[in-house]
Amino acid sequence: MPPTTHRLAFERPIYDLEERLAKLEAATPKTPAIDDEIHRLRREITDLRRKIFGNLEPWQTVQLARHPDRPMTTDYLALVFDEFYELHGDKSFGDDRAIRTGFAKLDQYKVMVVGHQKGKTLKERNACFFGCAHPEGYRKAISKMKMAAKYGVPVICFIDTPGAYPGISAEERGQAQWIANAMFEMSRLPTPIICIVIGEGGSGGALGIGVGDKVATLEHAYYSVISPEGCAGILWKSHTFAEQAAKALKMTGKDLLRLGVIDDVIEEPLGGAHRDHHSMAARMKMYLIRNLRELLSKPRESLTDSRYEKFRKMGVFFEDGVLHAPAGMT
Amino acid sequence: MSTGEQELGNSQAKVRPKRGVPEGLWKRCPGCEQTIFRKAVEDRMGVCPECDYHWYVSAGDRIKQLLDDGTFEEWDVNLTAGDPLEFNDKKPYSERVKSEQKRTGMKDAIITGHGMIRARRVAIGVTDSAFIMGSMGSVVGERLTRLIERATQQNLPLIIVSASGGGARMHEGILSLMQMAKVSAALARYDLAGGLYISVLTNPTMGGVAASFASLGDVIFAEPRALIGFAGPRTIQATIRIELPKGFQTSEFLLEHGFVDRIVRRHDLKSEIARTIDYCGK
Repeated sequence: MPPTTHRLAFERPIYDLEERLAKLEAATPKTPAIDDEIHRLRREITDLRRKIFGNLEPWQTVQLARHPDRPMTTDYLALVFDEFYELHGDKSFGDDRAIRTGFAKLDQYKVMVVGHQKGKTLKERNACFFGCAHPEGYRKAISKMKMAAKYGVPVICFIDTPGAYPGISAEERGQAQWIANAMFEMSRLPTPIICIVIGEGGSGGALGIGVGDKVATLEHAYYSVISPEGCAGILWKSHTFAEQAAKALKMTGKDLLRLGVIDDVIEEPLGGAHRDHHSMAARMKMYLIRNLRELLSKPRESLTDSRYEKFRKMGVFFEDGVLHAPAGMT
Repeated sequence: MSTGEQELGNSQAKVRPKRGVPEGLWKRCPGCEQTIFRKAVEDRMGVCPECDYHWYVSAGDRIKQLLDDGTFEEWDVNLTAGDPLEFNDKKPYSERVKSEQKRTGMKDAIITGHGMIRARRVAIGVTDSAFIMGSMGSVVGERLTRLIERATQQNLPLIIVSASGGGARMHEGILSLMQMAKVSAALARYDLAGGLYISVLTNPTMGGVAASFASLGDVIFAEPRALIGFAGPRTIQATIRIELPKGFQTSEFLLEHGFVDRIVRRHDLKSEIARTIDYCGK
């Protein structure tokens, strides 16, 4: 993997130590003293990573979730799956590059992958609108999922979007309509669906491909009703309060579990997925295979029933003064 | 109407109209900017006699307008918001809810129940933009879901009138977002059971409400000149930095682009709903 170009402020002490280590490792000849120092530094780096990444603020998680070197859908397609056979057509308007869809092979399983793509180069990012999908993206996603269900193929969704595209063309083509349709159809799709928030889970644009039997987020991903900047803009009339907003919105793994909206948090390699795509991919593969095996063993009818019940239970309210809340909260 | 009133009104023409029902004998019409005798507006279901502008109506008044007298029975009245995030936006969310309850006389941004429309029994839900901008949190999501489930069990036509500028309610965070999936899933089951769902879009219907139940009607009506869309005009403006076209995100814009079946004036809403129910044999 090429060295990281985008270094977050809180990662700096780690990079400093790594640079010292690299210098020592390059030194020739190596004296026993240098060897000792190398060992000591390696331990120190691991300890430091544990310390920093074990105590992240929500805003730091948001920064990691948006890190340009973070593995994207296309990275997982390359590293987790044996083959990706892309299908482009929404059969109505155009090919939305912000959502990729196609068949893929994962060990012995044939699956349909639907995933947001933010883009790696400036050119690709522009073509993908930085991962902000248009209505045709959601239309393409539904049509591929329905086809998958028809042939008994399970669906895997990778969610990674700041939000659905806010623009004139998107409104003209029915952004609200197609996000609504996507949730509506996913909720009753007679095939297993696994949804994983791999980076940003931005509002309706994320949920549009987020109604599944298993919903997980990566350790340093977020999932929120509104971007921290958007929330800050409304509450404090300034985007500069995004840090506070990120905290207030309870948008990271532990809180999402407690609120009962996700099933699992998938651990990332120490130091974040952006530092080690391969071991992240290995963890992803294990998670997917384990859950595919479990979901495929269930009868189809019970699958859509339990998916319904899963979302049916979400919410916190009082009825006649009695609190209704997920088990994690009471 | 007196010229004096008109002059006074014109000098205030740029002032943003207040939500809710203003006090006094006269009302300023945001449509034609005329000052209108309040009673004349009220007698016409909150529609301007001069320019046909459709004013805000509360969920309670809407139900009175749509249902046959004395037929409405409310469901799930005793649901109130929790504060799962312990959210504090200038004031704590739990206090905000209490003050909104006091101000509007509602428990949350929705009323649900059943009643008759020209002697046809229906399940009906109406959101109210006066209560935290009509936004959907857990209470709105839960009441709608129960409404849809009962409509499914009792084989009733379903009417949902949306007046929600706030979309998914920020104060309940991700749980509000998930109400979109919950309500949409209930509608998907209702659809499989053969139910007829008429969605009525009124000013405003935005964000997570537009992107869930409001857009999922078998038939979608919109009141004239309502603001309807996914992203707010200001968000779009900030993203693309060009002037938005005139009439963008209005009912008429949606009709033109194929996302609304009919634009229906408030006076005709009841009869058009009844007519649609009859066509579908419900």
